[in-house]
Amino acid sequence: MRKLLQNPQALAGGAIIFSLALVALLAPYISTHDPGDPNLWAILLPPSSHHLLGTDDLGRDVFSRMVFGSRISLLVGLIAVGISSLIGIILGSISGFYGKHIDSIIMRFVDIMLCIPTFFLILAVIALIGPSIFNIMVVIGVTSWMGVTRLVRAEFLSLREREFVLAARAAGARNYRLIIRHILPHALTPIMVAFTLGLGGAIFIESALSFLGIGVQPPTPSWGNILTEGKDNIDIAWWLSVFPGLAILITVLGFYLLAEGIREFSNPRLKK
Amino acid sequence: MTNPLLKVDNLQTHFFTPEGVIRAADGISFELFPGETLGLVGESGSGKTVTALSILRLVPPPGRIVGGRIEFAGRDILQLNPSELRKIRGDRIAMVFQEPMSALNPVLTVGNQVLESVLLHQKTSRREGRDKTVELFKLVGIPSPEMRFKAYPHQLSGGMRQRVMLAMALAGKPDLLLADEPTTALDVTIQAQVLNLLDELKKTLGMAVLFITHDLGIIAEHADRVAICYAGKIVEMAPVRELFSRPAHPYAQGLLNSIPKFSSGKKDLKLTALPGTVPDLKHLPPGCRFEPRCPRSRPACREYDGELKTMRAGHLAACINPLNPGE
Repeated sequence: MRKLLQNPQALAGGAIIFSLALVALLAPYISTHDPGDPNLWAILLPPSSHHLLGTDDLGRDVFSRMVFGSRISLLVGLIAVGISSLIGIILGSISGFYGKHIDSIIMRFVDIMLCIPTFFLILAVIALIGPSIFNIMVVIGVTSWMGVTRLVRAEFLSLREREFVLAARAAGARNYRLIIRHILPHALTPIMVAFTLGLGGAIFIESALSFLGIGVQPPTPSWGNILTEGKDNIDIAWWLSVFPGLAILITVLGFYLLAEGIREFSNPRLKK
Repeated sequence: MTNPLLKVDNLQTHFFTPEGVIRAADGISFELFPGETLGLVGESGSGKTVTALSILRLVPPPGRIVGGRIEFAGRDILQLNPSELRKIRGDRIAMVFQEPMSALNPVLTVGNQVLESVLLHQKTSRREGRDKTVELFKLVGIPSPEMRFKAYPHQLSGGMRQRVMLAMALAGKPDLLLADEPTTALDVTIQAQVLNLLDELKKTLGMAVLFITHDLGIIAEHADRVAICYAGKIVEMAPVRELFSRPAHPYAQGLLNSIPKFSSGKKDLKLTALPGTVPDLKHLPPGCRFEPRCPRSRPACREYDGELKTMRAGHLAACINPLNPGE
């Protein structure tokens, strides 16, 4: 862990994620105003000492709304990627460990899923079952497990040939023990990288959905829907679009840096 | 005479590769009695390891057991279903591998790996299992076993790792230990330690050992009987002394000639090597597989199917023109 922090990318990414998590956790204390409280006397005010990032067309404080929005982003990211990782690890382990027909079936299924443009699939499903934070998390989760599946499968394919697996089998270990206790721990680092990368992706998808108006519904603030509301006034109130956009950019960047850092840290061949 | 513990009869394990069928074990037959050590000797690729893996039904694909019978304690192993098979693996038949570094899981502590075997084969709580693991560590001569429990494989020396492997194999108190070149990866001094330990354990626990090696010197000291493999077949099987004093098969003779003899008193210690190489298992010569390299070959050898013939009581050889023929 200490060595991981010596990696500049991991350090930068980690710092971004850590501050973000802190903001989300302490949102009620950090925010300066009630995020849902309109103020007709303070409509579309530019950033000032009183309203750090200005106000929107209902006079709500953008800074406070973004602080609370970070909770949505992180929550959606964590749960969605948690779901997709779980599916990916289970399917990938089974596919890579058993091989043969089971592997062919699962991999063809992955191919089919990859052929479908995920974003439009999510759009269609959300339009069908209705937008809610829960639905968004689940739908993002069940449409983005293919990468993890392929990754875990590839790890298992090579690991299952190792002699310690044969030795454990010779000692009478059951298949699920071989998978969970003997092989899976070896695949943890690539899974961690995929998880971190996935977080950035999921947050991005949530923002995009909210921007299109079928994600998190107002008045619950999310970076995506703050951005949407901002686009109507983009010519007179630039702060409404720029800050949520920046927040999404920095968050996604933070996760990518962290993922890259973990990857470099765990791969001895990339070390200088 | 007691019943054999293990009876392998005409075992055929073939590997179906795109280049052709490799007949790694092609009609291997032998018996192993309780408490006995049978040495299985042969060059690389002669079918020794494949035979051991076949006994546990762990032949990796594209290999498959295509024929024969493996009877263990009266049951045909080839007919068992997966759950019956698991009850035999590790519990009644255990295996020790050649390279303990790759046979131990690098991300688990050695204590936990042995504990896992203990929990798998003995009905105990985790806490009791831990004590039993430490007990096993003591049994195989691991110093300060409490401390070693938390060590990872890479923190131990080769000899210690092999002791851990042994502890793991002994966790189920097996009747039969398959030792696949357990000392080949070790220094000679450590080798001697591990071999003596194995002898001791065998005596105290009364298990039978199938000892696979290419080192006839080890066999001479640690086995009761020897079976010599060549190109997927057993070519000679005899009690150790008998084989060393009166080998019948020219291949066995050749192997013995390639051991340096320092006691012979001769100044010129040139070793005699066998001419030629092991045949390609995909394209075996007709008749006796050793015939192309054999100094005693005859035309009839090319029609001989390699069936074992009794030379003397307990001494079998697959040769129609043997050395030291019997009465």
